[in-house]
Amino acid sequence: MVDCYSWSGGRLTGIPFEEETESKRIWGDSKHVNILEELLRYMYDQKRHLDYRRPEVEALAELFGAFGDTNDIKIRTLEWRLPEHHHIDSPFHFVYLPSEDIAKNIANRSILVKGIYELWGEGSNYEELKEAINNFPDERKSPYLASDSTFRIIVDSFGKVTSFHEQNERIRGLDYIAFKSVYCNLIKVATSIQGRVDLRNPEHRFCLLETDDYNSNNGLPPVVQRRVFFGREVGGANRKLLPTYQLKSRTYLGPTAMDAEMAFLMANQGMANPGKLVYDPFVGTGSILVAAAHFGAMTMGADIDIRVVRDGRGPDCNVWSNFKQYGLPMPISLLRADNNLPPWRPGLKEVFDAIICDPPYGVRAGGRKSGGRKILKGVVDPYTVPEDKRTDHIPSTAPYSLMECVHDLLDLAARMLVMNGRLVFFYPVLREDGCTDATFPEHPCFTLVASCEQILSFRYSRYLLTMVKTSAYSDEIAEVAKQMHLEFKLNHLKWLEDGNLHSAVFSPSESQACLEGKLRLESSKPKYRGKYV
Amino acid sequence: MRLLTHNMLSSNIKGVTNGYPLRLEAEKWSVKEVDLNRDFLTNIFPRIEWKPLVESARSLGLSSLPDDADPSMLNSDDFLKGFHHALLEIHVEEGALICPETGRRFPINKGIPNMLLHEDEV
Repeated sequence: MVDCYSWSGGRLTGIPFEEETESKRIWGDSKHVNILEELLRYMYDQKRHLDYRRPEVEALAELFGAFGDTNDIKIRTLEWRLPEHHHIDSPFHFVYLPSEDIAKNIANRSILVKGIYELWGEGSNYEELKEAINNFPDERKSPYLASDSTFRIIVDSFGKVTSFHEQNERIRGLDYIAFKSVYCNLIKVATSIQGRVDLRNPEHRFCLLETDDYNSNNGLPPVVQRRVFFGREVGGANRKLLPTYQLKSRTYLGPTAMDAEMAFLMANQGMANPGKLVYDPFVGTGSILVAAAHFGAMTMGADIDIRVVRDGRGPDCNVWSNFKQYGLPMPISLLRADNNLPPWRPGLKEVFDAIICDPPYGVRAGGRKSGGRKILKGVVDPYTVPEDKRTDHIPSTAPYSLMECVHDLLDLAARMLVMNGRLVFFYPVLREDGCTDATFPEHPCFTLVASCEQILSFRYSRYLLTMVKTSAYSDEIAEVAKQMHLEFKLNHLKWLEDGNLHSAVFSPSESQACLEGKLRLESSKPKYRGKYV
Repeated sequence: MRLLTHNMLSSNIKGVTNGYPLRLEAEKWSVKEVDLNRDFLTNIFPRIEWKPLVESARSLGLSSLPDDADPSMLNSDDFLKGFHHALLEIHVEEGALICPETGRRFPINKGIPNMLLHEDEV
């Protein structure tokens, strides 16, 4: 199935996908004696963010201690398995997690996970499911089937609608589950709430998940085949988070404010947590820092535009008020600064735990840096502002090329992040022939751990890159960065032309090859809308 | 602007070799209570230049910080409270940060320090 689509195949996750061997799937296998296999169910309306799912779970797994104290980045990944005959974009994944607490924490905080379940059984039909559940060890089932506990069973399906009557039938069909007394309770679930069944506030939740066959053309991605799962819910998503923070109810917004879902995803990739300090050098209206602050991190932001960062739209409509609106602690600091010439004191390093940002790369809003356009071109010499006019003087700025902006960001992050700190930022790429073959910026201090594509248009998409600082910032690196900085300054125009993404995105593409590519793509275009539009 | 920010900033005017610490000239400031986070304070302590923090705090009439500090003092609740208060609870609303070498004023307006350089300073 995977091979049917050239655009699939896991190349985008950045994390090697390990095929599961049979032995690892057996409970109590010596290697995984304490490891729970869990079924991860993603929000399947989030087709746009398919690439983001595994990296988010892995970032949260690290945050909640799934990898212990290890500093080796190579082993800080999880073991994944897909349900049988499911495509990598399937909304269901299996993952090994070291403890139930970690699974619960991940599920509660994740933006894209809908729920994590301890799998009791699966099969391609209900007979196979029954056999699997009966084979699931009793000692793992019995703690959740005690007669004095309350429970609820939810029937859900992917790709089809299950009527209330069908749901009742499905629940009745589970009567073989070891606990005899539950049988009558299961019926009660379906009929009325009595006894130990509690629909509102049960101690244990079970979920019966069914996926439909995809022979019928129902407009959904051909990513799953008929499969039935039964499991105990270990943790579920916080559904109130995104409605609370949605942009339409935010007081102060700019033209490029990060949408709440993406901002929270970014904060998760950056592992924002209490006691940590998160910095956004392109803070704008603060939407990324709002998400980081929600998770308890201390925040700092800078922007080159004084109007955005200081004034907003009045005393109750500015970056501060966006934090106040949600009862979040105010940023530790907001300042006006130029990322090209950061004002941090010499010797200051390793202060931020994460740098999370959306650099202004010039498609919707271009970046600016200090120094006037004409000054950098060499047309005029820098002018000296008379003493009496200095206070209110607004210094001229010049366009900031993508290359230079990313260079400055990497250099800043390499210096200012603590070891193992995370740099999370968007990087734009041009798409050719409807697909991307991106090369990402590299830096000797950083290891790329995730790259997640978000396709924005036919010719342009952006990747959310997550980098971990794995080497210290040395004097040699600082010297190379300084030389590069001078080169950018001397060849301002050249870099500007090279890195002019705006014109590349918006100018018409004329080459014949490109047109042919377009035609080819149209004929092979998948039938469903979503990530691959 | 809190004193933590002051502690991290310097004057980066072209040619300036000694731009730190910036002299704090506060015209208006306020105290806003912030929840004390022990982990944060412990993490940030080694990054703080102690002398500039003490001096800026004293310029605002706050004398509770000792002349010198070392990490062992973080075990004392009194020290931690004083450190937390000076670092995070004082907000300079209006004033300026002054470059020790050139005397250039970086204004602080509505709590936001403006560190942007003029054309001839880049």
